[in-house]
Amino acid sequence: MATQVDPSMKTKVALAWIFVGIPLAWGVIQTLVNAMKLFQ
Amino acid sequence: MALLSFLDRERTVAKPGFSRWMVPPAALCVHLCIGQAYALSVFNLPMTKLLGISQSGPGDWKLTELGWIFSLAMLFLGGSAAVFGRWVEEGGPRKAMFTAGCLWAGGFLLSAFGVSIHNLWLIYLGYGVIGGCALGIGYISPVSTLIKWFPDRPGMATGMAIMGFGGGAFIASPLSVWLMSKFNTPTHIGVAETFVVMGLIYFCFMMVGAIIVRVPPPGWAPEGYVAPTKSVGLITRNDVYVYDALKTPQFWLIWWVLCLNVTAGIGVLGQASAMSQEMFPGHITPVAAAGLVGLMSLFNMGGRFFWASTSDYIGRRNTYFVFMVLGFCLYCTVPLAGSTGNVVLFVICFLIIISMYGGGFSTVPAYLRDMFGTRYVGAIHGLLLTAWSAAGIFGPVIVNYLREYNINHGIPKAQAYNNTMYIMAGLLVIGFICNFFVKAVAERYHMKANDPRAHDALGQPAAARG
Repeated sequence: MATQVDPSMKTKVALAWIFVGIPLAWGVIQTLVNAMKLFQ
Repeated sequence: MALLSFLDRERTVAKPGFSRWMVPPAALCVHLCIGQAYALSVFNLPMTKLLGISQSGPGDWKLTELGWIFSLAMLFLGGSAAVFGRWVEEGGPRKAMFTAGCLWAGGFLLSAFGVSIHNLWLIYLGYGVIGGCALGIGYISPVSTLIKWFPDRPGMATGMAIMGFGGGAFIASPLSVWLMSKFNTPTHIGVAETFVVMGLIYFCFMMVGAIIVRVPPPGWAPEGYVAPTKSVGLITRNDVYVYDALKTPQFWLIWWVLCLNVTAGIGVLGQASAMSQEMFPGHITPVAAAGLVGLMSLFNMGGRFFWASTSDYIGRRNTYFVFMVLGFCLYCTVPLAGSTGNVVLFVICFLIIISMYGGGFSTVPAYLRDMFGTRYVGAIHGLLLTAWSAAGIFGPVIVNYLREYNINHGIPKAQAYNNTMYIMAGLLVIGFICNFFVKAVAERYHMKANDPRAHDALGQPAAARG
């Protein structure tokens, strides 16, 4: 049984991913900056 | 009472129109928070000078005493995942996430109080015991829900969540340093305040996960997905009761596969900085070694998603064969890289090894689902996490003691890790053999339609679920 996804759900999904994606991206960038020291 | 009913599994059943892509961020809300455990070491040095401030003073805690906080947390992670697995499975993901959030935040607040009155036992209790239980419950809470929402790609789904556990340290490490710098004064180190703020932030974050998580309605399946009607190869269509799984050889074979894969990875993960500097003196500086550790943690996180997603295409058993064979080759190559002074080869070996270490964690829930079905996969996964606790002891012990032994017997520091690498390679050979013997679970362990345990919390017979 598959159901059609509510169109307003797309906005909620995007917001949820932004909510977890921003801190994760910030952390990854911080780590990459530190990791660059390996190549200096 | 309203809160309690809000947490019930029945209240989390998705309504028509819900998108399953809402569930991975819900899982990430929990895993990104509890992944902080990997960054706990940033507090070690500040906590050794809470009294002396500029340097350790009389009465200040020693690093060896502080090391027990992490060890306790890992011990209780495995223990609580094993003990509360069935409760998590039957109570539903929201109740488990809410409980994990309360325990995680409570552990931080109790630890903050422990720091403020300088009582280490309160931190053992707060972060080690209570926080450790939050780790165990939180870690397994979204696993079976994700597998049920993504029957077509269970590896990718659980890989996304477990990737978050690897990524949590990326956020926690700079955040902790920044917060401590804000609360730090010439007469006070701001560890307690940092614990309070982090506890509150994590509580809010995990509550968002608990609120947005949903379980699929009975009979739901993704569009275009046709569930196989009978078992194919190792992938079963039947469910195995959580405690019956313990009676199968397959559970223990996978337990050893995970334990050996993690032992090999954890041994180098904890010692990568010292090992790289000692194997390449003058080439890898302490600053560069810190960079290598950062790069390894990125591969640890990325490997969780990459390998688990790959397992959807090549199969779980084959994925572990890749870990064992490729890992064996790479561990045997590391001494060669050291003897020829080839830093690039050394770094490549370590990065791939650590990606497979992460991949071992993220692929195993889907492996269990293939073997034991979806009904109790979260609880069985909880029981399997004791392999992680065991590996957390084996790995560092093997690396540290072998290094000491070699140095005490006159072997130069640059070559002191060679035997360790060959032993790690040997462990992977044993892992390969264990994985080789994993076959489909015997029919006598399958839950029958008239088995009272075959009805889940929704009153839904196991056979009727999608």
